[in-house]
Amino acid sequence: MVEEKIEAANKKVLEIIMNGQPTLIDVGVAGEVIPGMTSKTILHAGPPVTWEKMCGPMKGAVIGALIYEGLAKNEQEAAELASSGEMVFAPCHHHGAVGPMAGVVSASMPVWIVQNKAYGNKAYCTFNEGLGKVLRYGAYSSEVIERLKWMEKVLASIIKEALSLHGPIDLKSMIAQVLQMGDEGHNRNKAGTSLLIRELASHILQTKFSERDKADVLEFMHGNDHFFLNLTMPACKSTLDPAHGIEFSTIVTTMARNGTEFGIRVSGLGDRWFTGPAGKVQGLFFPGFSEEDANPDIGDSVITETAGIGGFAMAAAPAIVQFVGGSARDAVNSTLKMYEITAAENNTYKIPALDFRGTPTGIDIRKVVETDILPNINTGIAHKDPGVGQVGAGLVKPPMKCFEDALEAFVENLEAKNLV
Amino acid sequence: MSKINELFQQELKVINMGLESFYNDLKKQNIEVTHVDWRPPAGGNKKMISLLNKLKG
Repeated sequence: MVEEKIEAANKKVLEIIMNGQPTLIDVGVAGEVIPGMTSKTILHAGPPVTWEKMCGPMKGAVIGALIYEGLAKNEQEAAELASSGEMVFAPCHHHGAVGPMAGVVSASMPVWIVQNKAYGNKAYCTFNEGLGKVLRYGAYSSEVIERLKWMEKVLASIIKEALSLHGPIDLKSMIAQVLQMGDEGHNRNKAGTSLLIRELASHILQTKFSERDKADVLEFMHGNDHFFLNLTMPACKSTLDPAHGIEFSTIVTTMARNGTEFGIRVSGLGDRWFTGPAGKVQGLFFPGFSEEDANPDIGDSVITETAGIGGFAMAAAPAIVQFVGGSARDAVNSTLKMYEITAAENNTYKIPALDFRGTPTGIDIRKVVETDILPNINTGIAHKDPGVGQVGAGLVKPPMKCFEDALEAFVENLEAKNLV
Repeated sequence: MSKINELFQQELKVINMGLESFYNDLKKQNIEVTHVDWRPPAGGNKKMISLLNKLKG
């Protein structure tokens, strides 16, 4: 009887996920559009974490954000303010947002606004800054702050105007296309970035900005293969949010890491996070760096795997193994294994190499614990010290503890209701 | 000759379940072997097996 309740709840959750219609509708300012955001709020990736427990790259990103906001003049002032208790730190996920790596969002930052047209909810994400010394990897030098200012004043303004000329962009169909073009939407976004440029280029040219500014924006998008990541992420977030809070469901609706801990939330278990220590990423390092330089797993980008793309769609992106390690066969096997722990095959995101089989979608905590198979996640590797940036990319798994604790809490809930 | 000895005089068709190291050892000796990636439920964790059983039925 309880199994029937669970299966019915999971079916409903999967229907909501499959029905999702993530659509890029606008660009806004975080402090104006993100619910609950104030000038003293700093959002971050992953489950809740205090300033004292934040890892190096996240502390660096917070310092950078405080300098960017003009709330501090330098690193020392920023660190003092961050530890003073005056700032409010909160997970992006608690505010309908997601952020890659450190995931730091402050009030003045421009954000993409993605709406799930099927359910009306919105999700938000900052713009991708590119690789190297960037805020999301904890860098806060003057070049980082200047780039953020340019992104606020020029990039976001031009794209906002271009988007209003273009009209909303259907991200669900765009993500379905990029999976046919060799992306998996987490660590490979070459096709997605190209498609977005194709959609927006002529409208960017029609904006009222200077020729130089328009050229700079197109060059910036062209020079950053991960530009589209900050759209796949809110697309997945907006798809999953309506599926959260369905009683008796064992489907995971959030996975996220703050560089210290990995956390999951489960549809039928409310807003409680189940956490464990963030793992070590196994992968390829850029020249001059090694495992010793790596920070533990960090970022909200694992929302992609939660929604059935990213590491779960590795078979669609065999070229990614040159970035994260392994062989093309490993990429196929990685996806095949994820069918063991998911409840359904995606109705829209399909994999050509698997005869257009839908991607494994909807992680079921029961299956993870029973099979002892953990989700496969593609990810970037941040340097453990703030200010250095990305040092590699690879694969990582969440701690089993998150799923075991969630299962235990799920059974306790049922026991409290005398259902088991 | 016992049945078991007859078996070993034929070409062996081996299916290995569970521990992959047994599979790898046979492969190294050029013996045809198929590996089945089998694990006990919940990795043998009795507490988790008990929790999972409560959700069945």
